[in-house]
Amino acid sequence: MNAVLDSGRETPTLDAVDRRILIACQAGLPLVERPYHAMAETVRIDPDDLMQRLQLLLARGVIRRIGVVPNHYKLGYRANGMTVWDVPDEKVSELGARVGALDFVSHCYRRPRHLPLWPYNLFAMVHGHDRDEVAGQIEAIRACLGPDCRAHDVLFSTRILKKTGLRFDKGQGGAVERSV
Amino acid sequence: MDEVDRVIINGLQEGFPICERPYAATAQQLGLTEAELIDRLGHLLEDGVLSRFGPLIHAEQVGGGLTLAAMQVPAEDLERVIEQVNAFPEVAHNYERDHVLNMWFVLATERPEQVGTVIAAIESRTGYPVYNFPKEEEYFLNLRLAV
Repeated sequence: MNAVLDSGRETPTLDAVDRRILIACQAGLPLVERPYHAMAETVRIDPDDLMQRLQLLLARGVIRRIGVVPNHYKLGYRANGMTVWDVPDEKVSELGARVGALDFVSHCYRRPRHLPLWPYNLFAMVHGHDRDEVAGQIEAIRACLGPDCRAHDVLFSTRILKKTGLRFDKGQGGAVERSV
Repeated sequence: MDEVDRVIINGLQEGFPICERPYAATAQQLGLTEAELIDRLGHLLEDGVLSRFGPLIHAEQVGGGLTLAAMQVPAEDLERVIEQVNAFPEVAHNYERDHVLNMWFVLATERPEQVGTVIAAIESRTGYPVYNFPKEEEYFLNLRLAV
């Protein structure tokens, strides 16, 4: 998947029809026998053209995937921790790849520090059924980082203040993968 | 949620086909009928077990700006600031977290250069600094969640 994303990284050009398709995608795939035909009707293009364009958008990484987005919380993953780590800058890529490969880590990114308030440069989202499970996951990440872990913390969300989904355009939100 | 729901959620996390009858094709692989799969998906979405089903767009690839930002807001001022921050349409998700930086939100703008403008506007509206945490490198995105 990374290869696909990398090859598409030179901001691909989207024409007006592609944009109409992406806006139509925001409503989700219609739950009818011929969903792409229904979508083609909305976009007012030929169904074969629509399917071909979707394949291309997928191959270029403009569409990350076609599938379900499970609600972690509803599935019993009640403890969603944002774990943050202070590791040496020169090793962050290597360490990030290692942490990201752990199966309970859903997102793993390098982000800037804000000293002195915030010394952490590696973020890894973990998901457990309760905080004890998350504590075990944090130990596993710490072991994975070894002596390169200089400090770490975990932030649990205590309240959802807003959740509208990301807007791609002026349409209804939600279709954009939350890979921030 | 029963075993069939689990099979559907695990089986449909990626790779849903693009063809004339994709539900029929997928249902056959999962040992279901087309009608059963469509019906189950409808219920899982209605019940909120699934937040979405369909094509998921990669924000940076369509030219949008996206970042994670955080603020340190005193408890007595929190509700006012929540209201002010949430009023920005660019704020997509906003979470209260148990840390000195107690408010974390995702900003999504139509163009990358608008991120800075919106951050400045939030600072001036609320009177508190906004710490920007843009993604500098993505190591791995694990899209699968076993249920």
